[in-house]
Amino acid sequence: MSDKKKSNIFQRLGESQVWKSIIRSGIPRTRRQRMMSVLNSVFLHLHPVRLPRHAVKVKFTWCMGGLTFFLFLVLTITGILLMFYYRPTVEYAYTDMIDLGEQVPLGIMREIHRWGAHAMVITVWLHMFRVFMTGSYKPPREFNWVVGVILLTLTLLLSFTGYLLPWDQLAIWAVTVGSNMARATPFLGHEGPGAALLALGDINFVNIGSDVKFALLGGRFVGEAALLRFYVLHCIGLPFIVMILMAIHFWRIRKDGGISGPT
Amino acid sequence: METFKHLVNILAHPTIMLTVGMLVFLFFFPPNDWFEKWNRRLRLNFLWTKKGFYFVMFLMVVFFLFGLTDPNFSLIIKKPDNVPIIGLIFFVFIFLWISMNQALKNDNLIEAGEKPEEYNDPEDKVLVWPDLVYIEFIALILCMSLLLIWSIGLEAPLEGPANPAESPNPSKAPWYFLGLQEMLVYFDPWLAGVVFPSLIILGLMAIPYLDTNPEGAGYYSYKQRRLAIPIYLFGWMILWVALIVIGTFLRGPNWNFFGPFEFWDLHKLVPLTNINLSEIIYIKWFNRGLPENILVREIFGFLIVFGYFLLLPPLLAKTAFKKLHQNLGNFKFGFFIFLLLCMLSLPIKMYLRWLFNLKYLIAIPEFFFNI
Repeated sequence: MSDKKKSNIFQRLGESQVWKSIIRSGIPRTRRQRMMSVLNSVFLHLHPVRLPRHAVKVKFTWCMGGLTFFLFLVLTITGILLMFYYRPTVEYAYTDMIDLGEQVPLGIMREIHRWGAHAMVITVWLHMFRVFMTGSYKPPREFNWVVGVILLTLTLLLSFTGYLLPWDQLAIWAVTVGSNMARATPFLGHEGPGAALLALGDINFVNIGSDVKFALLGGRFVGEAALLRFYVLHCIGLPFIVMILMAIHFWRIRKDGGISGPT
Repeated sequence: METFKHLVNILAHPTIMLTVGMLVFLFFFPPNDWFEKWNRRLRLNFLWTKKGFYFVMFLMVVFFLFGLTDPNFSLIIKKPDNVPIIGLIFFVFIFLWISMNQALKNDNLIEAGEKPEEYNDPEDKVLVWPDLVYIEFIALILCMSLLLIWSIGLEAPLEGPANPAESPNPSKAPWYFLGLQEMLVYFDPWLAGVVFPSLIILGLMAIPYLDTNPEGAGYYSYKQRRLAIPIYLFGWMILWVALIVIGTFLRGPNWNFFGPFEFWDLHKLVPLTNINLSEIIYIKWFNRGLPENILVREIFGFLIVFGYFLLLPPLLAKTAFKKLHQNLGNFKFGFFIFLLLCMLSLPIKMYLRWLFNLKYLIAIPEFFFNI
């Protein structure tokens, strides 16, 4: 860059000490600077520096994995904001929902959170569909597909635990229908096949107060304890596992040779 | 117009819709030469051309716009939580089209002895900054604006406060689990709610280890993966997405079937005439009471289930899946065929229900063991 053009404020900013202390390679203009800006950024270095040409084509990648991650971030941010207003108790949960809609200015956080969650379920499915249709699970990427399947399951569980939190009729009955399945778990649910075998004389080890449904809900039906359990799982428990697995998922993409392509 | 709506109501019934869907599916996604011959003869690949895309999109848009004029139909699809499923229907088709369109192009290229379209010279690379980051940037802006428009335009649903004493009719699980809830019509909760979902997850995880076909890695293709793609698409599109659509749009009070243009009548009477296999055999055929002993009573059901899972695999290994069996070996093949038979048990049970009113093959309610 010639010194004559230094009048441009952005250029001067790009050369300043403050800017250079944060982004060392300056404004990426040259090929070298562009490569360094990816290498030196903690976020961008998820990516390699260079990619095969087909890997940046939308009709090949559909952007679905990236959008899933983006939606996860949107959901995290809106979720944190919602946590300021929401108390997970039978007494307050529903009224806090109404307050969110009526008292909070420009309150569309709950909408963004709910529709974003629906959208994330769809983007995860489509991402999996793309990976399948391009045969990208084939060696050496088998294990990353497995991690992806676990992430898909966790996405559904995150969405399911969040479904209860508004504590309206839609919420408790949807979760009741869902969690009623648990009592039919073979051996571990009190209405499951084989549970009657786990007994000592007349004492059933698996009964209505000790089966997996009880463990899931913290009670015999969807009540106070279930609300708290789902809240903790939704806000802390599942996101914690998801974040670890996401780190593995992204790391493995690079370690397994980057985005798949024909050889 | 009324006759058209009536016709759609009849055609939407799972017996007809799923039967047609499954038959048509095999011709659109041919798993062997015979189906492929008919696929070519009927020119079904027209669907994966641009004209086919516009044709189907036009039909779908017209159908939904027309449906909005119907009070019953619009009531269902305008329900806030059902909106994503309409999106899902369109997205599934759009992305299926994108993948199949490229797959067929690549099939032709490979047949001509060339490399697939995605192939480029390994030396010819692009920089992530700016070639990838700007695409990601545009994608996330589009995604965020769509989400904002959706959020401003459509309020998140909030019904009356939770009341454990008053259950709504129908009580539905969240929409992404409605395929499983629909399965409850045909299987008991221990299968539909626990065993099959676990097998779905396990089966999905097992895909890379069971599909040992080295071809078709890293590019869209169909012909090279004529077994894997139809199985996956059958499971995903018919047994998952189609059941979700049925469960959301076509299941009303008491989980009864209602056509898209039908009023959700709380008092619709559907006779429950389903009977167990033991009752069919002992009472209907032998004209006598059910035996006291559970094992004697259910022996036929056990024979059928054991025969299905123990005799079919070796039989298939010698006939239809001979090559696959040789490639995979006994263990992997056994696992593959077990998962496949579990998947196919759903449509099989559906037809047993529809044709013979069969409730359970094995019915031991004493131990909650019903299949």
